[in-house]
Amino acid sequence: MLSAIVRRALQTLVVVLVMSALVFAGLYVIGDPVSMLASPEATDAERAAISRSLGLDLPLWQQYGLFLYKAAHLDFGRSFLTGESAMHLILERMPATLELATLAMLLSVVVGVPLGIYAGLKPASPVSRGIMTGSLLGFSLPNFWVGLMFIMLFAVMLGWLPAGGRGPVEQFGPIALSAFSWEGLRNLILPACTIATAKCALIIRVTRAATRECLPQDYIKFARAKGLRERRVLGVHLLKNIMIPIVTIGGLEYGQVFAFAVVTETIFSWPGMGKLLIDSIITLDRPVVVAYLMLTVVFLATLNLLVDIAYTVLDPRVRLEAA
Amino acid sequence: MANEKPRSLTTGRPDNAAQAQAQAQAQAQAPGLGPVEQAGALPAHDSLWRVFVSQYLSSKLAVFGLVVLVIFVALAVLAPWIAPQNPYDIATLDIMDSKMEPGSTNMDGSLTYWLGTDGQARDILSAILYGLRISMFVGLASVTAAFLIGAAAGLISAYFGGRIEAVIMRIVDIQLSFPSILVALVLLSILGKGVDKVIYALIAVQWAYFARAARGAAIVERNREYVEAARCMALSWRRILWRHIFPNCVPPLMVIATIDLAHAIALEATLSFLGVGVPVTQPSLGMLIANGFEFLLSGSYWITFFPGLALAIVVIAINLVGDHLRDILNPRNEV
Repeated sequence: MLSAIVRRALQTLVVVLVMSALVFAGLYVIGDPVSMLASPEATDAERAAISRSLGLDLPLWQQYGLFLYKAAHLDFGRSFLTGESAMHLILERMPATLELATLAMLLSVVVGVPLGIYAGLKPASPVSRGIMTGSLLGFSLPNFWVGLMFIMLFAVMLGWLPAGGRGPVEQFGPIALSAFSWEGLRNLILPACTIATAKCALIIRVTRAATRECLPQDYIKFARAKGLRERRVLGVHLLKNIMIPIVTIGGLEYGQVFAFAVVTETIFSWPGMGKLLIDSIITLDRPVVVAYLMLTVVFLATLNLLVDIAYTVLDPRVRLEAA
Repeated sequence: MANEKPRSLTTGRPDNAAQAQAQAQAQAQAPGLGPVEQAGALPAHDSLWRVFVSQYLSSKLAVFGLVVLVIFVALAVLAPWIAPQNPYDIATLDIMDSKMEPGSTNMDGSLTYWLGTDGQARDILSAILYGLRISMFVGLASVTAAFLIGAAAGLISAYFGGRIEAVIMRIVDIQLSFPSILVALVLLSILGKGVDKVIYALIAVQWAYFARAARGAAIVERNREYVEAARCMALSWRRILWRHIFPNCVPPLMVIATIDLAHAIALEATLSFLGVGVPVTQPSLGMLIANGFEFLLSGSYWITFFPGLALAIVVIAINLVGDHLRDILNPRNEV
């Protein structure tokens, strides 16, 4: 068991290394940072100085080695635009994205699981068909479109909720959160619902499939035969068993929301990591893009690893050895 | 089964979601023959097609989706002939007509802007028709290429197995564990803007789905008698793969292709909306939506709303078709 986890962790490390090489190689090709930094009238000597100060005059493999060394120390250089440490810029934005992703995932699980169970219990009822068609829509409509419709409806036409921005935040040490004040929460609702629309659709489908698979099993029949109340059969015997796919999907999707947040954050001007990424891509702010990508790679790879491990804990039939 | 990566990704679901789902489905595989195999038992080729058509017609929703889709494809193809205005011919634009409400007419009453005009006095309806053309072209081109590349990779890895398979499938696994939007964003930030570049990025994002599905289907086919027979005839592996195995893997791949088409169009719109997709000179639907976004908050909803509506209709229609195709063509579907 332990050796399997270690082996799986090593695989994850390899993935991270390969991705870091790809990110490095890819961004090496992107634009020339010297021409971004130097003024148009700069002489060749000035350009060379800038190039040297960024370490761009070294051979490629040395640049990569240095990059890895610094990355391990969480040093991705300074933003070309603000001069601040790239890592610091991202960490500063992280609470906003985390907050958004967490609320969105909570919403989609709280709404999606009951709807999915219902659709699984009564697959033929018109309500279930409605739920499934709705989930098809939530699934297929582009996320930014959903966000736009929310803004149009709730912010512009009805004027109930703000169209963007983060509103007031409360400081908890270095972490600024807006979910704990009414005003902040109002700002959070629309972007969170936008993300939740897509994720909820997915959770509904997974829950429904798992429910339909679970229902004909003997332990459910037995629980019913024992005369247990329906609430207990569903709430304990069914729920425990459909949790496996839901936790897997939920965990993986939570990671994906970080990337999806790119789109949602841009629409709602939510000052999170995703918006920072887009802004940095457009302004060719290489250090910030690299730092973001490396963080995302490590994060998603770790998440995959954790989900795999959680799987074995939740379902004793699964063993990592054979993987 | 539960302890290995799912062998085939037969649903068109994005990324990891499908993994666990496929796992759940694999356990619930219905015994007996799926509709395709039953149909395959019929003698003539003609009747196979007829079975397919009659099965397709059984869902009104899917037929509706197909009709809508055909109409929109026709609109996209015919755009230059039916659009009331060429929105990119500056000479026909009159800046006085900018931001007109839907249904208003221009100064001399010769032109009615049924869906209003944008900030540069372009007729929204015409812009949508032209935008539809670009969006659909990008979607079709990228899905076709991803289909071919992915199918080739999947078939080769299923047929040869061993190290080739391990390498290809490892790449697929890694790629699918990252969100497609992120992969596309990074690629485009390297490649730069342009219709061709968006297509490359979309191909790179999508081929993995096809590779996985093709491998799953081909692994089943590989052990059938007809493949053995073909091998006994000493046919080349290219011929066996392409002429014998590939045709039998097409149905599940078609399902993915349909759903992926919707995915590609939506993804292109997203990328263009974010400003890393198509250039301003070739505005797709996503670009039109982005252009109108700034006017949305001031109440000129139509500049964003109608292109968005067109995009939503196209994506939903394709999904209705794809969802039903999955029911018919994929024996391993959820009940």
